[in-house]
Amino acid sequence: MTGLLYLIPAALFLGGVGLVAFVWSLRSGQYDDLEGAAWRILQDDDKPRP
Amino acid sequence: MPLPCCTIDGEYFQPFKLEGTDAERWMSAAGPGLTRIEFLVPQANRPSAMPAIENGLLKFAGVTSARVNLTGRRVAVIFREGAFEPQVLIDGLASLGYMARPFDPRETGLSKDDREGSRLLKALAVSGFAAGNVMLLSVAVWSGAEAATRDLFHWLSAMIALPAVAYAGRPFFYSAVNALRLGRVNMDVPISLGVLLASFMSLFETINGEVHAYFDASVTLLFFLLAGRYLDHLMRARARSAIAQLVSLSSEGATVIDAGGSRRFVAARDLKAGMMIAAAAGDRLPADGRIIAGISDMDRSLLTGESAPETVKSGSLVHAGELNLTGPLTIVVTAAGNDTFLSELVRLMAAAEQDQSRYIRIADRLARFYSPAVHTLAAVTLIGWLVLGHGWHDALMAAVAVLIITCPCALGLAVPAVQVVASGRLFRSGIMIKDGAALEKLSAVDTVVFDKTGTLTRGEPELVSPLAVSTGTLALAAGLAQHSRHPLSQALVREVTRRGLIPAEVSDVTEHPGFGLSGMYQGEQLRLGNRAWCGAEEAGEDKGLLEFAFRCGARAPAFFHFEDALRADTATTINDLKRLGLAVHLLSGDREQAVRRAADALEIGTAVARATPQAKLAYVDALSKAGRKVLMVGDGINDAPALAAGYTSMAPAAASDIGRTAAETVFMGESMSAVTTAISISRAAQAIAKQNFALALGYNVLAVPLAMAGYVSPLVAAAAMSSSSIIVIANALRLGVGKTPTPASATVARRVKAADAGLRNAA
Repeated sequence: MTGLLYLIPAALFLGGVGLVAFVWSLRSGQYDDLEGAAWRILQDDDKPRP
Repeated sequence: MPLPCCTIDGEYFQPFKLEGTDAERWMSAAGPGLTRIEFLVPQANRPSAMPAIENGLLKFAGVTSARVNLTGRRVAVIFREGAFEPQVLIDGLASLGYMARPFDPRETGLSKDDREGSRLLKALAVSGFAAGNVMLLSVAVWSGAEAATRDLFHWLSAMIALPAVAYAGRPFFYSAVNALRLGRVNMDVPISLGVLLASFMSLFETINGEVHAYFDASVTLLFFLLAGRYLDHLMRARARSAIAQLVSLSSEGATVIDAGGSRRFVAARDLKAGMMIAAAAGDRLPADGRIIAGISDMDRSLLTGESAPETVKSGSLVHAGELNLTGPLTIVVTAAGNDTFLSELVRLMAAAEQDQSRYIRIADRLARFYSPAVHTLAAVTLIGWLVLGHGWHDALMAAVAVLIITCPCALGLAVPAVQVVASGRLFRSGIMIKDGAALEKLSAVDTVVFDKTGTLTRGEPELVSPLAVSTGTLALAAGLAQHSRHPLSQALVREVTRRGLIPAEVSDVTEHPGFGLSGMYQGEQLRLGNRAWCGAEEAGEDKGLLEFAFRCGARAPAFFHFEDALRADTATTINDLKRLGLAVHLLSGDREQAVRRAADALEIGTAVARATPQAKLAYVDALSKAGRKVLMVGDGINDAPALAAGYTSMAPAAASDIGRTAAETVFMGESMSAVTTAISISRAAQAIAKQNFALALGYNVLAVPLAMAGYVSPLVAAAAMSSSSIIVIANALRLGVGKTPTPASATVARRVKAADAGLRNAA
């Protein structure tokens, strides 16, 4: 029973981290170009940008 | 005459001119000393465009970042302030082969779409978070937590679920309130009612320390429903952004000659009657007018469907949307803005759209009887339990259970999931659908009416004869033709290049608009143009072909015949459509003979020639009145009213702006098979959507009696809801299985193959 005292906050905290991470990724525009992102990973432009 | 700098798929275009527009409004600051500008690049539709554009732009000194958004077909460029004029970037993109125009999200409503999308995603994330955590606590309750522990868990659930419902439920609450205010009932009414009642009932139970709380049901419901809502949004946003861009590339303006002789650029909407404008060869006219100086050939195919250019001279009337081909013209504007021939067509179009009875989507049709039925069942349950002598509390609980179990969760997912999968498949084959309604309508069509010029044909002539003319003659003619942008000249040059010949070096080439070209080659005069120009007799019979005569020195003239070539696989497409049980008609504004030729070649029985825009509209209307569901396929300005009048409509991406706007579906690429693909995928989608409805309703038929009898515990509700939603989604995904051949997928296949080979070699 005492385990609940820290297990429940821990579960909520981890869930919260996921939520915050998602909202951050949304705000930083990672969902703006779903199609382009899927292709970029296949492109062989490993040369560093000048 | 200078040739334009750039081509796309062999078609010339003029780069967008920033000059005269308010350049400041496109640009925004992006950090100290940096400016950000965004361009629309409709041709950036292949993955290979990303490195091509980005690396191409990064070569400009001063550009610090260039990033392509493939979904939105946009490129955002950040450059050092004052390093160059933004026009440099547009010209740079043009020389890479991409038509670009500055992009202002405000003007297309795209930013509104984006905001709505991220609002839905955030709501989805919040409800997902709440659903996960509440479910965790609920599982503990179901597996036997008792007394104080159960109460604690219920309170914790309430603290997570209630704010989440308040936040994530807003899209449904607003929509339900709006519908009720208008005296209507939509799907969101039972959804809102179910979610809110479940939450408050559970709160009441929690306060009283009772056994059953439905917090998990209310948040899980929201999660699934928001997923459906987001999918629906995604589908609309995707097509809208692609189409919005095509539309926003429309004609921009004209060079106005002031009384003093000075020239300035004026946007099309600011042109007034009486202004004098200069139209260079290659310009599309922005307004109706009368020619006061110059002689040229006009390509009126977008307006009339006529494939042969028409010679115009001083005094001729010209219309907005026509393309000036050969010579510079000075035109006095007789009508602009709302008074043009074009706006007359727009009015026709708007009227045609109004006449069409509004299509009601299948989900909304279902909602009409679903919501009342659900509410009646809940009321019956409440009254039934009271009559049977149970208390208010038990009766209310049973009624709420009915509302929860009938909450159209699977129904809400059933159609959006199918349509997203279907539109994704269509999108990959280069077909853009404006919304779900268009997809549903497409599946029901029984008649296809095609326009000819620019739709069945490529809208560009091709040399069909003579194979007898010597290659030397061809090379000489091409030497002249390469100096002109007359469609027949360009066709000649294309043919010569295709045969691997090199056009001869011809000197002193001059273009005589309305007649043809002349030049000198090894001391002999060359002439290319109409029969009179080359001193030949007029032809007796019109065989539906276009013609150029060519004369070298004093020798007898040779004749080149051209035909507006049919698009690739048009014949197969027509056959496939007939096999699908569709009636095919041909409706063109072109000459009788040209239409006859195309109709015979394609074995289309019903063909109408010389149809004006009004006649086309009347034709489609008559078919609709006769009960046919007409798919109108057309591209021109003259097709726009008919496109609007059709049950649904398709246009190639190369169509006129107005044609693309009027059409509900736009397809990229050359192949006509897009029409068959669109119809067969939409039919498959509709079949699966109906299966999904049957599944969702079947689930209700099973679950509702249980709920009414009071056997639905929170555990049963959660299991039933999730499983029905998952079954519906899995069924929708079946549609995505199946090959959709695209250029893109072929590239991937090649890449994968190459990678495989690489691995084998390494091993």
